[in-house]
Amino acid sequence: MFRIVEARTVGLNIRQLTVQAPRIARKQRPGQFIILRVHAMGERIPLTIKSADPAAGTITIVVQAVGKTTSLLNCLETGDSILDVVGPLGHPSEIKNYGTALIVAGSVGTAMALPTAKALKDAGNHVIFIEGARSKDMVIFEDEVRAASHEAYILTDDGSYGEQGLVTKKLSDLVDNGPGAGRKIDFVLAVGPVPMMRAVAHVTAPLGIKTMVSLNSIMVDGTGMCGGCRVLLGNQSKFACVDGPEFDASQVNFEVLMQRNAMYRGQECQSLKAFEEHKQEQLTHQRASLAHKEKQTAPQRAQLDAVRTTSEEKHNA
Amino acid sequence: MPDTEPLLANPLPLKERMQIPRVRMPELDAQVRAHSFEEVNQGLAASGAVTEATRCIACAKPSCQLDCPVGVKIKEIVALIYAGDFLAAAAKMREDNALPAITGRVCPQESQCEGGCVIGKKGRPVAIGNLERFIADFERHSGQLGLPAIAPPTGKSIAIVGSGPAGLSAAGDLIQKGHRVCVFEALHELGGVLVYGIPEFRLPKSIVLEEVNNLRRMGVEFETNVVVGKSVTLDELMRVEGYDAIFIATGAGLPVFLGVPGEHLNGVYSANEFLTRTNLMRAYKFPEFDQPIYDCRSRDVIVVGGGNTAMDAVRTARRLGAKSATLVYRRSEAEMPARAEEVKHAREEGIEFRMLTNPAEFLGDEKGWLTGARCVRMELGEPDADGRRRPVPIPGSEFILPADVAIIGVGTTANPLIQSTTPDLATNKRNYIVADPETLRTSKRGVFAGGDIVTGGATVILAMGAGRKAAKAIDEYLKAGTWE
Repeated sequence: MFRIVEARTVGLNIRQLTVQAPRIARKQRPGQFIILRVHAMGERIPLTIKSADPAAGTITIVVQAVGKTTSLLNCLETGDSILDVVGPLGHPSEIKNYGTALIVAGSVGTAMALPTAKALKDAGNHVIFIEGARSKDMVIFEDEVRAASHEAYILTDDGSYGEQGLVTKKLSDLVDNGPGAGRKIDFVLAVGPVPMMRAVAHVTAPLGIKTMVSLNSIMVDGTGMCGGCRVLLGNQSKFACVDGPEFDASQVNFEVLMQRNAMYRGQECQSLKAFEEHKQEQLTHQRASLAHKEKQTAPQRAQLDAVRTTSEEKHNA
Repeated sequence: MPDTEPLLANPLPLKERMQIPRVRMPELDAQVRAHSFEEVNQGLAASGAVTEATRCIACAKPSCQLDCPVGVKIKEIVALIYAGDFLAAAAKMREDNALPAITGRVCPQESQCEGGCVIGKKGRPVAIGNLERFIADFERHSGQLGLPAIAPPTGKSIAIVGSGPAGLSAAGDLIQKGHRVCVFEALHELGGVLVYGIPEFRLPKSIVLEEVNNLRRMGVEFETNVVVGKSVTLDELMRVEGYDAIFIATGAGLPVFLGVPGEHLNGVYSANEFLTRTNLMRAYKFPEFDQPIYDCRSRDVIVVGGGNTAMDAVRTARRLGAKSATLVYRRSEAEMPARAEEVKHAREEGIEFRMLTNPAEFLGDEKGWLTGARCVRMELGEPDADGRRRPVPIPGSEFILPADVAIIGVGTTANPLIQSTTPDLATNKRNYIVADPETLRTSKRGVFAGGDIVTGGATVILAMGAGRKAAKAIDEYLKAGTWE
């Protein structure tokens, strides 16, 4: 049981949840993710950790409603709980002083790229952040983006906010080696929809700029035991959950990733439709079953916490 | 010798006992069960169990016990069943076996206890597995529990990493010795392969849950959603959380793929993923449960491999409505590691077998969906290092097997998660943890390892045997306090 200590809307269909998860809060590093399961009949889905507060024992995740589970998550409020949260999973981002580091983030990918951007800035990089969104109401965390970078560019597809256009257009302008204002970029991290990451790779690969992408393949366990998340790098198969999620963009077969991510599209639509038709019942059921579980496990948890606190106090003393 | 008294009261002379036929295990009709996840074997009735117990001749040196990897006191238990004291039989069982309802169902008894049964030399052996299952089920249905005694608290605590058969078995032994025991599990449900791997129709999940709850009643603590190596390291468990010893029982959960072209196509699964989706996530109940699985209805499914995992996957595919469910194995049926009972059940359920066949490539359509496997026929050549005859491809024998779903069940290997964050833990070149075969001690002080993470993929009962051995070794270490 993982209690939500704060839930708030940060963009159109995008919510930020801060969740009590002390073990994960202590260990997480930028670029890592969690797997969660909202309720006892739920599926397991991966979500990147945006930030953590080890002292408060909380982690923050950002969820865009795209299917049943994310829609259900986005109905939850402060005080609700999530049944299972496990992590931190995957390798952390490789942080070092590359020189000039450029972050390209699309929509909710902005939340995932923020901790790495911050860490790169702290490591002495000159950080440029390009945030792209479909329209104004999906531009998220602008202040944090500016704080995590030295230069920030906000773009919307429809021009309703910031500059009009795609992130790759801005990227091309910046790295353009032609007679224009070509910049020396030493490192690029792209996080967002697969077509966006592929487009970034197409711009940077010919220029030989080291480019990492954070791959969002379908996962079940997230610990390397099923291979559902496997991605093709050159002709080698890798598991995104344990070998990644970040990979060298020039090696990634994006077509295979897109094809595999479409595997359950039919079932996903069916699930979402059923959820939307019975949203209130599902929410009521979710809350009731979690309250029941809370009551059931409370005594044992209290006992566990007591033992743990004693041994930690002993350790600290 | 109070335990053997009831059997001495058995009025039948030895000769007559040996003439009683083995009591048949009732099972669901093949036509019905091929479309249902309900348990195939239905269990013995009390009268059947007593009759079966009558068949035991109470050998002076019971070889059945020697062949049981955890050394269950079979002779005494059978005597208690004969006497009708089923709860006492269950308590006696739990002294050596923390999970009798499970082992009674999934052990390959024919090559263990029942393989050693003297009666089996003349006729069919005493159905020890069925009896074991009976007393555990009887106990569960009675609502009473034959729990063994717990020693006074020692003040020592042990962390067990992994809640599979090895971890649970070690937990059951260590709690009896008076230690504090906490089991850490990476998944959200306890049981390891018992919940994500072995399907409901062979091992109902409610039974695993009940056995776990029995351990809880004995005082074992559990924490799910903890990936040791990621959420917390071994050093932190000892230094910060105060554990005196750790038992690593993480299993061999990393799937092996064939490494042939086309394995990334949609519709190609590892058996681990296919079974995790159906068993742990209940995808067979989609959309009631949220986790989807590729709709197998009216589709052709092939499963590659010859072990119990492959057998579980192919029988699961059949139950998900596959038009055809075919097992593809590169050796012949004689070499199949799967249990004979499972092969028989599979055949009755309409599973097709294609022996001496191996996929060389998976083929797909322009959208990346699997359409078939290019297979090659094999013949058996010279014996290899394990003494099994090596399969050799027959040149020019290639053919295409149509398939919409292909499930790879050719084995698993060590998951490197803990090893990669614990540099002072010695591993071999295949990433298995190195542990002393007797004491199960690793290269790291206070840390023990056993089960599949040391030996590679084996059986539930062998892992439980390793768990018992670890419990004994840990107890001795905690008493002596010396490592060298």
